[in-house]
Amino acid sequence: MADKQPKPGQPKPGQPKSGVLLDIRNLRIEATVYPPGEAPKNIVLVHDVSLTLEKGKVLGLIGESGAGKSTIGLSSMGYGRGGVRITGGEVILNGRDILKGGNEGFRKLRGREVCYVAQSAAAAFNPAHRLMDQVVEAALLHGTATRAEAEKRAVALFKKLSLPNPENIGERFPHQVSGGQLQRVMTAMALCSEPDLIVFDEPTTALDVTTQIDVLAAIKDAIRDTHVAALYITHDLAVVAQVSDEIMVLRHGRLVEWGGTRQIIKEPRQEYTNALVSVHEIEHQEQKPGTSPFLSVKNITAAYGRSHIKVLKNVSVDIFPGQTLAVVGESGSGKSTLARAITGLLPPEQGTVTFDGRPLANRLADRPKEDLRQLQMIYQMADVAMNPRQTVGTIIGRPLEFYFGMRGRERDKRVAELLDKIEMGKGYVDRYPAELSGGQKQRVCIARSLAAKPKLIICDEVTSALDPLVAHGILELLLGLQKEENVAYLFITHDLATVKSIADSIAVMYRGEVVRYGAKSTVLTPPFDAYTDLLLSSVPEMEIGWLEKAIKGRRMASAGN
Amino acid sequence: MLVIKRIPIPALIGIVLTMLFVLAAIFAPWIAPHGNAEIVSDVPWEPMSAAHWLGTDNLGRDLLSRMIYGARITLFIAVLATALSFSLGAILGFSAAVFGGWFDTLLSRLVDLLMSIPTLIMALVVLSVLPSNLVTLILVMGVLDSTRVYRLSRAVAVDINVMDYVEAAKLRGEGSGWIIFREILPNALSPLVSELGLRFIYAVLFLSTLSFLGLGVQPPDADWGGMVKENKDGIVFGIGAALIPAAAIAALAISVNLVADWVLNRTTSLKGGRG
Repeated sequence: MADKQPKPGQPKPGQPKSGVLLDIRNLRIEATVYPPGEAPKNIVLVHDVSLTLEKGKVLGLIGESGAGKSTIGLSSMGYGRGGVRITGGEVILNGRDILKGGNEGFRKLRGREVCYVAQSAAAAFNPAHRLMDQVVEAALLHGTATRAEAEKRAVALFKKLSLPNPENIGERFPHQVSGGQLQRVMTAMALCSEPDLIVFDEPTTALDVTTQIDVLAAIKDAIRDTHVAALYITHDLAVVAQVSDEIMVLRHGRLVEWGGTRQIIKEPRQEYTNALVSVHEIEHQEQKPGTSPFLSVKNITAAYGRSHIKVLKNVSVDIFPGQTLAVVGESGSGKSTLARAITGLLPPEQGTVTFDGRPLANRLADRPKEDLRQLQMIYQMADVAMNPRQTVGTIIGRPLEFYFGMRGRERDKRVAELLDKIEMGKGYVDRYPAELSGGQKQRVCIARSLAAKPKLIICDEVTSALDPLVAHGILELLLGLQKEENVAYLFITHDLATVKSIADSIAVMYRGEVVRYGAKSTVLTPPFDAYTDLLLSSVPEMEIGWLEKAIKGRRMASAGN
Repeated sequence: MLVIKRIPIPALIGIVLTMLFVLAAIFAPWIAPHGNAEIVSDVPWEPMSAAHWLGTDNLGRDLLSRMIYGARITLFIAVLATALSFSLGAILGFSAAVFGGWFDTLLSRLVDLLMSIPTLIMALVVLSVLPSNLVTLILVMGVLDSTRVYRLSRAVAVDINVMDYVEAAKLRGEGSGWIIFREILPNALSPLVSELGLRFIYAVLFLSTLSFLGLGVQPPDADWGGMVKENKDGIVFGIGAALIPAAAIAALAISVNLVADWVLNRTTSLKGGRG
């Protein structure tokens, strides 16, 4: 506790002269899994990964889920999450192997030399303490500053991270600031004890696209001004391209490619990296709207419970046979509520939904089976959209039984056909959802909705929880099925790249209202209204320097600020 | 497949003991050396001997035979009461979660009302008013215990009811039968199974308490709790006959618990019914 932090610029004891801050050599990380009914077994999460990071540089770790990027990031502070063990290699920080320090060594290291910024700041802050107490805690614990000094530094950091009321925001509790602000406070917390290295673990992934851009810019400025080095972990290549000097691509716990940011996004050498870089490019030719929509939503207003806050205000949209209407907006814009109103889960207070020229009953319970069959839904989280105790065969077969009275061999044949359609094959009939990968789960959900032979499928953020390459496959599948089955989609998403690749028409929603609506080409062509402009300019592009350009060109501040 | 070698030892002990009790209960008339109420000795509390393995009781009846018949009565009543409390509690709990609204409120407040009265006092009052026979006993035990099952199954079902797969079933137009029995029940099973073991033990203990207080099984029949009551006066003379049925109650409670634990461990993985 008593030892003082060396002044900036003065080398710490035992530190090599070169500028290398972190040197990970042949890192091997294992975990023990306990499959039910089987002997516990060891699995290797990270195979022989080595990396070096110079002072003041930012290294982006990128890969899909299960690539080991968070595990590697946490290993730089000697931490293994939930039974994960570092079983080989060295982690050399400031010239000494931190794995040899034992618990006492870790305690001195964490919060002082290395700090961590978690994905969900809301879950990482203690809701019972004021923000300031949590921000200065590490500095006080390590005795690197007095309370007054630490608070002064914290306020300066709040200012640098462009938080509102930097003098007083520390007095608030975590639930009294927005998600984007909380993420910035967490960055301030990491910077407050003046560490040498910060591990950012998906810091903007949980944020809305319009909020992400501000947090990203704040993090980038803070890193530049404080000369701290950082490991930036994310699955979004466009995001990491904005903040990092180098990028390391990981897959299945192995190194795929490691190079400068420009080289990785412009001239990827490995096939996998190339696939990641070019993932957004699906060519989808917009279809002209037909003469008459089969489903029209007219002036719908809706609220939850007896509340006076209208979640939907006077919303009207049309859906044409075999076409896709994309509904875009940030969280809280009412896009999922629109889906609930159409399906009858949330009966609207005013307005009507017309289907095939006749009005649909407002309440789900009042709709005939035939109407229910025509409107199917696919959810964001495929895991919880399927009963874990039912096999794939039961999940896909039930709508066949329920709507068409199919039984026995006829049903099995149709299930096999549907499994072929989603490119999985009938070998999966007896599997349980837990035995499928994320992408396969979503495919089974698609097959379940197709089984009803509907006219419209409502897709609620169906690709948001998936890795980019898997999401790409799902989008291609949906487009292919649309051609074969002539089914229409109502595609709810916050991701504009997805919209560009799948929509025929677009409705932009903001605070319960449709602010822009029309054919894709019209909606995406200037002149824009202020919100659409903000939304469009906030989508990260795989372009170095995009962030600065986007921030400069904005006409309106994001609501999450 | 279930391989005996892979069953952990505590569970194995539990299974063997439980099986012993169950077999004794089922085959009581064939196993017991003497009749249930048959007086075999002129002296009460004869010590253990080759003729009477566990000695005799306060009226000179063969204690081993009475223990075996006692197992029959104890298990029979406890099983039926548990079955009743489970079917009643689970079905009402699931329905309350699925239907919600006034149905849920009414049922839940009613259950709160029942639970606010100590179970034993409630049972004592009801049983002393109603004619004392096995049916009333089982009904009272089942209904009182079902409040606990109701609470648990409602809580579990409320969680499951908001899952997307239940919403998907509702959107498909499924009726409440399918939603309760096909979507919710299979996913609520593992907490309920472990609760089943616990509730069974509570039923055994509750029955023993009632019989000990004289409101349970009526003489000359006796469950184990009743046998503790019959023989308790011997304790002051240093005669341990009352400890034998007491030990049997404890052994049954522990062995059922061991089995329930193991079943719970096996079923908690979300792998479908396979593991």
